[in-house]
Amino acid sequence: MKKDIILAGVGGQGILTIATVIGYAALDAGLNLKQAEVHGMSQRGGDVQSHMRISDKPIYSDLIPFGGADIILSVEPMESLRYLPYLAKDGWLITNTTPFNNIAKYPEMDDVLNAIAKVPHQIMLNADEIAKNLNAARSMNIVMLGAASFYLDISAEKLEEGIKSVFEEKGEKIVESNIAAFRAGREYAAKAVSN
Amino acid sequence: MQKLLLLGDEALAQGALDAGMSGVFAYPGTPSTEITEYIQENKEAIERNVHRTWSSNEKTAVEAAIGMSYTGKRAMTCMKHVGLNVAADPFMNSAFTGANGGLLVTVADDPSMHSSQNEQDSRFYAKFAMIPCIEPSNQQECYDLAYYGFDLSEKYKLPVLVRLTTRLSHSRAGVDRKALLPEKSIKMPDDPNQFVLLPAIARKKYQHLISIQEDLVKESENSPFNHYYEGTNKSIGIIAFGLAYNYVMENFPNGCPYPLLKISQYPLPRKMVQRIFDECETILVAEEGMPLMEELLRGYLNNGKTIHGRLDGTIPRDGELNPNKIAVALGMEDKCGLPIPEVVAPRPPMLCVGCPHSDSFYALNDALVEHGKGHVFSDIGCYTLGFMPPYHAINSCVDMGASITMAKGAADAGFFPSVAVIGDSTFSHSGLTGLLDAVYDNSNIVIVILDNSTTGMTGGQDFTAFGKLEQICLGIGVPREHIRVVKPLKQHHDEMVQVFKEEIAYKGVSVVIPRRECLQVTRRKYKA
Repeated sequence: MKKDIILAGVGGQGILTIATVIGYAALDAGLNLKQAEVHGMSQRGGDVQSHMRISDKPIYSDLIPFGGADIILSVEPMESLRYLPYLAKDGWLITNTTPFNNIAKYPEMDDVLNAIAKVPHQIMLNADEIAKNLNAARSMNIVMLGAASFYLDISAEKLEEGIKSVFEEKGEKIVESNIAAFRAGREYAAKAVSN
Repeated sequence: MQKLLLLGDEALAQGALDAGMSGVFAYPGTPSTEITEYIQENKEAIERNVHRTWSSNEKTAVEAAIGMSYTGKRAMTCMKHVGLNVAADPFMNSAFTGANGGLLVTVADDPSMHSSQNEQDSRFYAKFAMIPCIEPSNQQECYDLAYYGFDLSEKYKLPVLVRLTTRLSHSRAGVDRKALLPEKSIKMPDDPNQFVLLPAIARKKYQHLISIQEDLVKESENSPFNHYYEGTNKSIGIIAFGLAYNYVMENFPNGCPYPLLKISQYPLPRKMVQRIFDECETILVAEEGMPLMEELLRGYLNNGKTIHGRLDGTIPRDGELNPNKIAVALGMEDKCGLPIPEVVAPRPPMLCVGCPHSDSFYALNDALVEHGKGHVFSDIGCYTLGFMPPYHAINSCVDMGASITMAKGAADAGFFPSVAVIGDSTFSHSGLTGLLDAVYDNSNIVIVILDNSTTGMTGGQDFTAFGKLEQICLGIGVPREHIRVVKPLKQHHDEMVQVFKEEIAYKGVSVVIPRRECLQVTRRKYKA
């Protein structure tokens, strides 16, 4: 088993939390893992990405090779496209559709969504809206994790355990709302793919 | 024991702690910051009271680490690559004094300049100083090499340079720990003159350093971190240094067909290099950073065996390595995915919404309107982003502390107005001596010390001059009435413009301190 996942977004959007949850679940499942992340200047509102690699065999490179990612999981639509050179031919692009607009010339949304639609295997969801409807606006990132969960080769139970471990110090309520966010994202993706 | 999931930086910190290190000395700098932060937050380090507070700069940090080594205790100093330039004086001389307690100088390079001004390769410094260098290839080796490095340092009574690069510093993997070693007790150097570099002693020290070079080569030849892997296809022999080994292996999930020499300890293990040269028709050198070893192996005339690498363009000359670059270098297919669609716009880093620096820049811009552009020398930190739109507020960024001294030099040339913009932490790192120069010459400059009460860019660390800025400026000799403190807020804009204008008009050294806490720090306090 091997999964290479590019996590993408803008500094501060919570992609490292997604990485931590997957990390817990992967270790718990006895898998090897490497996860490269961005610290420093880019964290100030710039584009950030994390390379997450999970395998039952030894993992060498900390970076996913170009053309090697099984999944691009992006919490921001334009950012999902920035990493297309990493996506394998049969890889999936799973992205939030709510833009994070902190730049002067953000492109037209239709152009962004059209470009995403051209990717052979993709799932788009408005994770911000799903999270808001659950009264858990800050759990948008976990909605996205839920949406990607079918493709991770890690059971939903293990991922939910991971969510518990990551959020447990923030209290039961936060754990619950993140579990709900995870399930809502997972449900959405299940429907989107079966349609 | 269960594996710990650690960044390369953290694994190295844990390795150093478990090897009985008594103190770490550092100034924050990406990608090295997390080494010290890990130690600061580590329960066992706190219980043992391992020294772990920040130093003013890399020079003071290296000197303090040498001092701790003098006492026989194990010490580490860490910095980003350009930090070693600041510390070059004590670092170079530490090769002459040598170490008493184990001494690790850990330097994290930033190839591709993700968060830096250049991509210099710290292995040059190890070679320059003629000391051993160790370069881990993965997180476990970060741990193991820190542990091993102290022994190596004590065996030869030499500092050891540990070289990391961004990708390893900031990537996590599972790490196994070894048995915890006790800290060393205080034991003065056997030779009371060991740390006295008077010329007569220094000459002997240099001769000694020269005399042990062959021993260091043998040490590399027997190092458990250097390994020769047999290969059946001898058309190419690959020499891969540090992290580059991973990028080679990534291309061969079923094993590398070429003879492969993995090197994580320098100086070069001569016998191993000789062997791969003897066995293979051509050589590919894969090293992260500058082509230091490639150049060495090639020689100036390049009239020996064919050597491919960064110098002949087989691997791009600059930027960090990745698996694809190595694939191409080995004539394999580059499996790159789809191109980035044109619709994707750049998203550069920027000052946070509501950042105090932005209010300072708007006011400074307005104060300078009548003088035109090009009058602001700046420095290294979040506020370097004042270069970006909509501010366009600064005209230089060279090295830590250069804002004040460049403004001084420009003013000494008759340039007016000449303004320096420096952060509070950068000021405590390298601003004080420049200010003293300016006061000594009564140079006509305005120094703006942006006080957000933290080291912002690296994530909010403490710094040594916190709460002392006015006292320091006063003590250095800036007139009291020309040390002006303002609170950078939108509603204070006009007042700030006025203050800047008054101090620009004053002939001499003046300091304006816009003071408001970094939002990231406030937010974190609020969360906790």
